[in-house]
Amino acid sequence: MNIHEYQAKHLLAKFGVAVPFEIPARSLNEVRPAAEKIAASGSSKVVVKSQIHAGGRGKGMFKTGFQGGVKVAGSVDEAVGFAEKMLGNVLITKQTGAEGRQVQTLLLAAGAKIKKEFYLAVLLNRETSRPLIMASTEGGMDIEEVAEKHPEKIFKETIDPAVGIMPYQARKIAAALGLKGELFNAGVKLVTGVYNTWWECDASMVELNPLAVVELADGKETVMALDAKISLDDNALYRHKDILEMRDLNEEAPLEIEASKFNLNYIKLDGSIACLVNGAGLAMATMDIIQHCGSNPANFLDVGGGASKEQVTAAFKIILSDPNVKGILVNIFGGIMDCNVIATGIVAAVKETGLKLPLVVRLEGNNVLAGKKTLAESGVAIITGDSMADAAQKVVQAVGK
Amino acid sequence: MSILVKPNTKVLIQGITGSFGARHAQLSIDYGTSVVAGVTPGKGGQFFEHGGVKVPIFDTVADAVKQTGATASAVFVPPPFAADAILEGADAGLDLVVAITEGIPVRDMVRVKRALQGNTKTRLIGPNCPGIVTPGEGKDSHGGCRIGIAPGYIHKKGNIGVVSRSGTLTYEAVWQLTSRGVGQSTCVGIGGDPVNGTSHLDVIKLFNEDPETTGIIMIGEIGGSAEEAAAEWIKKNCKKPVAGFIAGATAPPGRRMGHAGAIVSGGKGTAAAKIAAFKDAGIGVAVTPSEMADVLLKMM
Ligand SMILES: Nc1ncnc2c1ncn2[C@@H]1O[C@H](COP(=O)(O)OP(=O)(O)O)[C@@H](O)[C@H]1O
Ligand SMILES: [Mg+2]
Repeated sequence: MNIHEYQAKHLLAKFGVAVPFEIPARSLNEVRPAAEKIAASGSSKVVVKSQIHAGGRGKGMFKTGFQGGVKVAGSVDEAVGFAEKMLGNVLITKQTGAEGRQVQTLLLAAGAKIKKEFYLAVLLNRETSRPLIMASTEGGMDIEEVAEKHPEKIFKETIDPAVGIMPYQARKIAAALGLKGELFNAGVKLVTGVYNTWWECDASMVELNPLAVVELADGKETVMALDAKISLDDNALYRHKDILEMRDLNEEAPLEIEASKFNLNYIKLDGSIACLVNGAGLAMATMDIIQHCGSNPANFLDVGGGASKEQVTAAFKIILSDPNVKGILVNIFGGIMDCNVIATGIVAAVKETGLKLPLVVRLEGNNVLAGKKTLAESGVAIITGDSMADAAQKVVQAVGK
Repeated sequence: MSILVKPNTKVLIQGITGSFGARHAQLSIDYGTSVVAGVTPGKGGQFFEHGGVKVPIFDTVADAVKQTGATASAVFVPPPFAADAILEGADAGLDLVVAITEGIPVRDMVRVKRALQGNTKTRLIGPNCPGIVTPGEGKDSHGGCRIGIAPGYIHKKGNIGVVSRSGTLTYEAVWQLTSRGVGQSTCVGIGGDPVNGTSHLDVIKLFNEDPETTGIIMIGEIGGSAEEAAAEWIKKNCKKPVAGFIAGATAPPGRRMGHAGAIVSGGKGTAAAKIAAFKDAGIGVAVTPSEMADVLLKMM
């Protein structure tokens, strides 16, 4: 699960990470009082930030043509003006895809006077199965680009999960970022807080881009998180009720939410051939073989270990609500489950949904002969495929006609 | 003859009284696996009965091991308690703990993996995996060792080793082999999570040393770099033909494809990179999953 920047900063602040004075706003009515509070706090600038689950907002563009999902305003009135251009409009960034995301929440932040921008992230290093802190002096940039062009500019520190982050490790990172004096100590505290947020919240990723050295009103400098992105381990949400409440269904595809109600794992893609498969690996492989046969998959859909009539019916309904879908490929390896039970479920689902599109079914496994007989004698138009390749060719052909 | 488990390996089942664990305990008993004990805290002293077999239930794994001599376990414990169950198995000195449970938090597995570091006695397979099957000597390869949730009947005793992150893709490969009359030495599902106990490479090394394994099918997925690591080792050290398939060429970056580990992020873990590593290592690449067995058999 992903959360918004303002929610991420709320979690980080709990672990002692310095963040700017900020107030979220969900409607225009809330914007002016929030901006006024920020101005009253002594900040001459108010930053208006679109809250969507995607990065690259600063350089993004609204469908209306308005430029920038993060804007620095010099006055409360200007901040309200920016908010009017953002709220309710669709922001396209390089992470949202062409369809963009509607902005439904803004974050109003005290404008910081930025001296330097850094990058800081905590994630799992899969090679070592240990947490990894990554830091770079190249903040505000696309970190993947830095990793490719200047790998030497990325500093990495592995944490031993048995002991957690040690102060010397946070010091190494602060030193690598070139922080000195009081900034060094502030950096150590911040790095420690970011790591603890990752660990305690069961995050899969915490990313500050930028983490910045900023000048305060009194001329003193400090470090703070100007942007924050946190994604969480879905499997651990059961022990974080407070974080679960941060879920924003507006950021999730409606079909994917609907699918999850039936224990279906569905991800919409751009192609025209829908697939319904049991098992994640087999589902991916089915998408691949559709492409190999010259077409494109309309979705990833894993029905899990079973494939009950209810699940298959729900899956068909979800698949059919995608207007791009021209044909369906069902690929089931009935290992433990009886293929005949699955076949009966498919026939019932076809009848219930009144399916008109070409449907190719490949069944394999336990009691497969009875299953195929059920399909053949059902009276509904189902094409059967013998192997995955055969089934994929047949569905691509049927749609091509 | 096989790796990790022999047909007569004594198996215990952690979480044998849960519906999922019970169902698969029954199927393992039906397959002829020697299921000698169950563990469910609080139900020690009771019995799990199926098909004329009476399996004693213990409160602790340590007790079960002491009383029955079990050396391997299957973990069917729900996610919040699975890390504890895995480490209990290791503490009891089991040779093998196979964690079937899906949905264990990554942080729990990070701690488990750390706790098992340096433990040369216990090997963990999984989590989120279909388990292991070593087909047996009996009729229809009955009497084998089935730990986990794979369908027993698709297997046939023979000489091909299969290792995979995905359950259903493993069954697909095994079934392709069996339908061509080719049997398997051992089939290992290592699981689809980002942190797992045993990697592709660990299993490949075991197959390479196993005198009865003459060929290997390795099935990978997008995400991480474990397939690349295995390929690099195979290039230098593997004496046996290996055929491979990578699932997820069409998966969009940044989206988790079912398995927590199957995600292309930061340009890493793409199918293209893995397939290139396979080719470079002389691994026969199955362009589609339908050809996994044929590609291997052509190489042999
Ligand atoms: N509170 C702030 N004060 C001053 N500048 C800011 C503040 N928040 C963000 N910025 C600037 O705006 C840029 C873009 O904002 P950021 O939050 O990083 O969004 P994104 O990464 O989605 O573009 C930052 O790199 C930073 O330079
Ligand atoms: Mg940013």
